[in-house]
Amino acid sequence: MISLRNVTKSYGKGDAVSVVLKGIDLDIEKGEFVAIMGPSGSGKSTLLNILGALDVPTSGNYKFLDADIISLSKDQLALFRRYILGFVFQGFNLLKKTSSLENVEMPLIYLSINAKERKKRAYEALKNVGLEDRVHYDPGQLSGGQQQRVAIARAMVTKPQVLIADEPTGNLDTKRSIEIMQLIKNFNDEGITVIMVTHEEEIAAFASRTIHMRDGMIEKDHKNAL
Amino acid sequence: MLFNAFLQAMREIRRNLMRSLLTALGIVIGIASVIAMVNIGKGASESITQSVSELGSNTLFIMPGQQHGGPGGSSSIVKAFKMRDIDVLRNSIFSLSGISPSENASLTVLYKEQNYQTTISGVNNDYFSIHSWGLKDGRFFNKSELRTGKNACVLGQTVVKKLFGSDQSPVGKKIRLQKFSCEVIGTLKAKGANTFGRDQDDIVLVPIKMFLRRISGNENLHLIMASVKSNIPLEEATLQIEQLMREIRHVKQGAEDNFSVRSMAALLDTIGKITSVLTIMLGAVAAISLVVGGIGIMNIMLVSVTERTREIGIRMAVGAMAKDILIQFLIEAVVLSALGGIVGILFGLGITVMVSSIIHINLIIDPTITVVALLFSMLIGIIFGILPARKAANMNPIDALRYE
Repeated sequence: MISLRNVTKSYGKGDAVSVVLKGIDLDIEKGEFVAIMGPSGSGKSTLLNILGALDVPTSGNYKFLDADIISLSKDQLALFRRYILGFVFQGFNLLKKTSSLENVEMPLIYLSINAKERKKRAYEALKNVGLEDRVHYDPGQLSGGQQQRVAIARAMVTKPQVLIADEPTGNLDTKRSIEIMQLIKNFNDEGITVIMVTHEEEIAAFASRTIHMRDGMIEKDHKNAL
Repeated sequence: MLFNAFLQAMREIRRNLMRSLLTALGIVIGIASVIAMVNIGKGASESITQSVSELGSNTLFIMPGQQHGGPGGSSSIVKAFKMRDIDVLRNSIFSLSGISPSENASLTVLYKEQNYQTTISGVNNDYFSIHSWGLKDGRFFNKSELRTGKNACVLGQTVVKKLFGSDQSPVGKKIRLQKFSCEVIGTLKAKGANTFGRDQDDIVLVPIKMFLRRISGNENLHLIMASVKSNIPLEEATLQIEQLMREIRHVKQGAEDNFSVRSMAALLDTIGKITSVLTIMLGAVAAISLVVGGIGIMNIMLVSVTERTREIGIRMAVGAMAKDILIQFLIEAVVLSALGGIVGILFGLGITVMVSSIIHINLIIDPTITVVALLFSMLIGIIFGILPARKAANMNPIDALRYE
C-alpha cells in the first residue's frame, strides 16, 4: 500500500546542511502495524511526518497505492490527510477550552458533514474509546489517558485507512499506555494500517513489525512474533 | 464551511471577550460617528428647511452696521435705525409685502400671583404675516394702538400657560410688565421650538411704539424684518433696499455700508458652511478611527494567529486546506469588525436620538446609511483581516504542529 524509494530529507543549506534521512526504502502493506524505533536524531519522527504527508522529502519517491504523493500540491496533500490518514500525537494536540465532542467533530467539518451527523459520528467515536460519559468535558478536565483517547477518537472518526501515531504513549504512565495501545491494536485488528513511532520496547511489542532506525537509515526491519 | 467558520469565530470572540471589545472599539467609534453625523445632518437640514418655509424664504433682515458671519455675529456699533426709516422703506419700495421692526427685551410678566420671565418684542402687525403666524384667540393690534403705542399685548402660548394655566382665555385680562399694566388683546397659535431650540411661543408681542417708550426708553431700532413679494427676486429687493438705505444713511460713494441686508438664504448659507465644516471634521474623526480600528483588528488577529499556531497545525493535519484556514481567520476578523459595527450603529442611533432632542431638530434615521455602515465595517474586517489570515494559511503543517 505504501512504498518509499530512496527517500532523503535534509535541512539547511550549504555547509550547515544536515541530512536527516539518507535514502529510505520502505514498503508497508495494508493492515500492518508498524513500530518505528530508534534513538533521538535517528530520523524516525521525520520519516513518520513524511509518511503522514505533513512534511515533504527532499528527494525520492512516495507512492500510496498507485498515487504519486511526491507530485501532489499542498492542497492535494491536505485532501490526502483528510480522507486517508488519521493522526495521534504525543502531546494529544486537542483544541483548548473545546469539549471532547467538538474536538472529535472538528475533522468532520472539513468533510462537509452536517452538524447533526457530525454530532452522531463524534459521539460514536467517543463511545468506541469508552468516553461516552465525557463528551462535554474540556481537555483541561480530563486525565492524560482520557485526552489521548479523545485524540484517538478524533483520528478515527473520519474512518481513515492509515493511523499515524507519534509516540502516542509518550506522556502516559504504564497502565494508561497499555490501555491506549490496546485501543490502537483493536483498530488495527479491524483492518486499519497503523504506523507508530515509539522508543519503548513494550509499546513496540504491540506492533506486528518493528523498524529500527539509526543515523537516518533503516538499521533493522523485522516482523514481531505474536 | 462558512457557517462553521462563523460559529468558530463567535466562540473565539466569546473566549477573549474583553480583548475583542477593546479591539472593536475603534470600529465602534468610527461607525457611531458616521451614523450620528449622517442622521443628525439630515435631521438638521430638514428642520432648517422646515423653519425657512415657516418663516418664509422671502424674509430679509436689515441690521445696522456690518454683520460678519450672519446675525448674532460681531457687529460694530453704529447708528441705529429709527421709526421713520421703516416708513421710508414702506413708502418707497413696492417689492415688499410687509415690513416690521423687531426689538427684544427680557422681562418678567405678572398676572395675579404668577410671574414669568419671557421675551418682549416690539413689532407692528406685519410681523405676524412675515412669520405666517395666526391668532388662536382675540385680535391683532388696531390702528390706534399702533399709532399711539397704547399698552396692548399679544401672548405666545407658553406665556399663556405659565400665567393663566390652560383652561381660561386671557383675552381682555390685564397683565403687568414691570411697572405698567397691559391688556391682553390676543393669543397666538402654538409654533413650538425653532431649529435652534428656542421656544417660539415664549414671547409677548407689544406695539413697537409702546416698546420704545415704555421699555427701551429710546428711539433706536436694531432689526427690521421685511418680506418680499413672491413674484420679485430676493436679490432685486435687496438691491433696492441697499440703494435707499445708502441714501438715507448718507453712505459716501465707495464707502462700506453702515447697515446690512441679509436674506434667510444667506443665513442658511452660513449655517450650511458651519455644517459642512462640522461634517468634514466628524468625517475625518470617523475615517481615522476606522483606520485605527482596522489596524487594531489586524494587530489582534496577528496575535491570535500566533497564539493559535498549534491549532492551525492540528487543523491542517486533519485535512484543512490553506483556504479553509484563510476563511476561518478572515471570517473571525469580519465578525469582530461587524460586531463593532453593530455596536457602533446602536451607539450612533443613541447619539442621534439624544442630540436631536437636545438641539430640537427632526429625528431622522436613514436606513441606507445603517446598512452601508454595517457593510463598511465588514469590509474593514476583510481589508485588515486578510494579512493575518494569509499568515495563518501559509503555515507549514509540520512547523505549526511543532510550535511551542
